[in-house]
Amino acid sequence: MTDHAKDAKMQGQGLDVAVDARLDQFALAAKFKAGPGLTALFGQSGAGKTTVLKMIAGLVRPDAGRIAVMGRVLFDAAKGIDIAPADRRVGMVFQEARLFPHMSVLRNLTYGRWAGKRSATTDIGRITQMLGIDGLLQRYPRTLSGGEKQRVAIGRALLADPALLLMDEPLASLDQQRKREILPYLEEVRDEIGLPIVYVSHEVDEVARLADTLVLMADGGVLGAGNAVEMFSRLEFGPALGRHEASSLLTGTMARYLPEYGLCEIALGEGCLLYIVNERLAVGDRLRMRVKARDVALSLSMPKDVSVRNILPATIHDLALDDSPFVEILLQVSGQMLRARITRYAFDALKLGIGQPVFAMIKSVAIGQRMLSGKL
Amino acid sequence: MTGNDVIDIIFLSLKIAATAMVFSIPIAFIVAWLLARHEFAGKSLVQALITLPLVMPPVVTGYMLLVLFGRNGYLGGLFHALGIQFAFHWTGAALAAAIMAFPLLVRPMRLSIEALDRGLEEAASTLGAKRLTRFVTITLPLVLPGVLAGAVLGFAKALGEFGATITFVSNIPGETQTLSLAIYSLLQSPSGDRTVMLMIAVSAFLAIGSVLVSEWIGRRMGKWTRQ
Repeated sequence: MTDHAKDAKMQGQGLDVAVDARLDQFALAAKFKAGPGLTALFGQSGAGKTTVLKMIAGLVRPDAGRIAVMGRVLFDAAKGIDIAPADRRVGMVFQEARLFPHMSVLRNLTYGRWAGKRSATTDIGRITQMLGIDGLLQRYPRTLSGGEKQRVAIGRALLADPALLLMDEPLASLDQQRKREILPYLEEVRDEIGLPIVYVSHEVDEVARLADTLVLMADGGVLGAGNAVEMFSRLEFGPALGRHEASSLLTGTMARYLPEYGLCEIALGEGCLLYIVNERLAVGDRLRMRVKARDVALSLSMPKDVSVRNILPATIHDLALDDSPFVEILLQVSGQMLRARITRYAFDALKLGIGQPVFAMIKSVAIGQRMLSGKL
Repeated sequence: MTGNDVIDIIFLSLKIAATAMVFSIPIAFIVAWLLARHEFAGKSLVQALITLPLVMPPVVTGYMLLVLFGRNGYLGGLFHALGIQFAFHWTGAALAAAIMAFPLLVRPMRLSIEALDRGLEEAASTLGAKRLTRFVTITLPLVLPGVLAGAVLGFAKALGEFGATITFVSNIPGETQTLSLAIYSLLQSPSGDRTVMLMIAVSAFLAIGSVLVSEWIGRRMGKWTRQ
């Protein structure tokens, strides 16, 4: 497919945003395209992520620009188009669930239908079951836990028949345990409903797990946008993704379970195996793994007497060398990109260079369970 | 004074206070809404004007009403042409009561409108609810406790209004003589009257009851807004 045809396809299917605005605190100029699936807007607080989301929802008005969803223009300053939020069919899940306190969970869930006159295309039973809230229908928001509230808010947005779902850090107000409780539901929504989702987050973990497309934002602008796996492998986004969080996403297939060790054998490509700890995987499951750059060590020869079992043959594809004590290295492993961070001291000692074959070592424990996403 | 007279006085008082509330609650809501949600030139002036009846001597308020709404007053003539008479008429007592109770109405209404999380209205709009639907399904039910709390307090105040009423519409039995004015008259007469104790009891009961009801509504409101 030519780039042009790809562009046209993107415009028809996904999200096309180009907005300019001068707000009280800062200037915002954001431009990106996103295909179907989940698009993560990632950046530090104050980068303008939430403002972009509110512009898509119609809650904040850009000074100039254009917003189109699946080929439908929601806003076009030049043509004087500005569809009211109520008519956009853009569902939004806010950071603080924003449930209506005077209505039962059921009334909240169906608000889009009885108050918003949205068509009842989605089955309530299916959504409430998927989100695990089918037992809460008669309760009132004040009696729900934070995680339950957020799940009801997601259900309420889904049941209003949206063409696009916006999520503004839906997990930010929750503790780690609640986050872990909700993430699988978000994956369900992404995979089962097939609705394009724009997800705002400043947690690399969430983005690594959920995103198909990644839009990196900083200071009211877009640093880069594209396929999440590719974006993670690009060295120039190291600082934006956080020094300590810099990581790469590997895709693999569950090949074998080793019951005597409780390990899963994951095939990254032919002859390239990775061992991780996970009890829920079944043979044949595709999964995405996040490996932090600082958890990858390099060796010039095949190491024989080390405890690390994940030893992958790799080639140095690119590197970022400066005056800092660390060197960022991009490795090619069975057609996939893997980032490594080693000290400049080690880099000089090994006399590494682009194109050089090496062995990458990853500790199994460094590929944690919560860094896994079930489906792709 | 017979028991029937007392009942008539109570009913007249209730009629005057109820009329005052029916007309002033919608106006107070609009004023509270404007003060809570909008910035406009002269906002502090409007605020001061509304608070004025609370601090000005009631007799002065009554006199000003007489000047404005008397038969020859600036607005009195206008209303007279419309067939509405205020001076020395029970409607005048209702007007005086409404003006005096107005600050008590506006304050809780304004507070509850300000306390309402506007994010809820935003959420409703993303779910397809248009302006009027949002107002009826989200805004109104959530500020209603504040409106009711204000209305109950205002009603109690209107029921007991004395100074402005007696100055504006005088103390005419059967027309403008409310419970407070009747108590005043009876206490003035040297013979005294045992029914005055009954009226004082009724008055106090209505006032205490109103405050309790208003507080109760306020507590319910708290329960609602704390999500």
